[in-house]
Amino acid sequence: MSKAASLVDIKGIRDGLLVKLGEAPWPDLQTALVNAIDERQAFFKGAHLALDVGSQVLHVAELAALRELLSERGIFLWAVLSDSPITEQTAQNLGLATRISKPRPAEVRQAAESVAGEMALWLSHTLRSGTRIEFPGSVVVMGDVNPGAEIVAGGSIVVWGRLRGVVHAGAQGDANAMVCALELSPTQLRIAGEIAVSPKRKGKVQPEIARLQDGVLVAEPWRA
Amino acid sequence: MTAKVVTVTSGKGGVGKTTAVANIAVALAAKGQKVVCVDGDIGLRNLDVVMGLENRIVYDLVDVIEGRCRLRQAMIHDKRLPELYLIPAAQTRDKTAVSPSDMVLLCNELRLECDWVLVDSPAGIERGFHNAIAGADKIIVMTNPEISAVRDADRVIGLVEAAEKGSPELVVNRLNLAMVKRGDMLSVDDILDLLAIELIGIVPEDESVIVASNRGAPLTLDAKSKAGQAFQNIARRLMGEEVPFLELDTQGLWQRLLGRK
Repeated sequence: MSKAASLVDIKGIRDGLLVKLGEAPWPDLQTALVNAIDERQAFFKGAHLALDVGSQVLHVAELAALRELLSERGIFLWAVLSDSPITEQTAQNLGLATRISKPRPAEVRQAAESVAGEMALWLSHTLRSGTRIEFPGSVVVMGDVNPGAEIVAGGSIVVWGRLRGVVHAGAQGDANAMVCALELSPTQLRIAGEIAVSPKRKGKVQPEIARLQDGVLVAEPWRA
Repeated sequence: MTAKVVTVTSGKGGVGKTTAVANIAVALAAKGQKVVCVDGDIGLRNLDVVMGLENRIVYDLVDVIEGRCRLRQAMIHDKRLPELYLIPAAQTRDKTAVSPSDMVLLCNELRLECDWVLVDSPAGIERGFHNAIAGADKIIVMTNPEISAVRDADRVIGLVEAAEKGSPELVVNRLNLAMVKRGDMLSVDDILDLLAIELIGIVPEDESVIVASNRGAPLTLDAKSKAGQAFQNIARRLMGEEVPFLELDTQGLWQRLLGRK
């Protein structure tokens, strides 16, 4: 009991309850959480729950199963907070929030410092509408970025496919960040503090690279 | 019998999910298959109206799930075809009356009863949508050739993939060939270019669909209706037949007709 209790830390926040899970294998955490809830059913019934899973990497099946377990107990899971971009994306795919009220600037900055300059997030699939990827380093997408999808990267963004969504490179102010894509036609493109929309395309499609030159966003053919 | 559970969904409302479910069900039943349609749009039920069975509802989906009746009692038999049934949605409740695990149990029970279970999903990506896809083996995403509908379809495909339901298949509904030719409407190729999933049907725009829906008599069996034929072709493709796409066939003729002008 005491071990289980230390894995599950519950506190009240403005938007309901915030449950912070400790470090343990996921099945143990899930059991500990469910036990904690079953011990105090009346307290939890009808609760709006935000869950902080730390660095736990969760996939859809796990998170969906947990949401189901909670909903059977009359608890509404609305947000999952995590340091893992994979878990964040899973949560977003399930329509869950990934932050509560205010962003966590201190932690984001801390994460940015901990990511080395050469570190990148590798995504090997197309990002469909509604997907939002946030990563303190660079992001590489092998696939398309469809309209309605969003990437916010601390570093550069490389898309091996069509880029039609919204991208923000150098989100923490890095003016040397760049964006390149085999087809560069984003809904909106931002680098550091500058914003641009794609002009109407003339001529044939070719790989392009966008960067900041003297404070102005410039796109040019992408050559090695 | 082990049925295949097929859910028709779209994200955006009004693209023709309910009409498609009714017509594909009729087409399958006309081929001698035993088909059960399930209306997943609790609180906003329509499938019973389109199928012309509204006045025969006694029990509904929520009655089955809450144990007020047996599954068989809620299955309304369509008298026009020997093996077509409907489980209507409850009109006086909302989506929270059913959970995804309820739907999985229901679909598993239905699997033993028939060859096909067709689930009509509500619009949106909330609880009703998750209920509708929970028990599905195959998901059909419908869209119209409009940017907003295609955008929503893209979102829904992402959610279906995220739910680990595999890649859904696409039906493009209400395509107006003349408008595509003039460059005033997205073509099927434009849509496939963005969505990048397998195509299972192209349904041309057809006024008689609206007339038939209002009458409660699905038009699939009308040999003259192009849309009806398209729905029949979707049913045949579901059954594993290779059927060429209607529009792609007639394109040569269209081109000739337009070229002469």
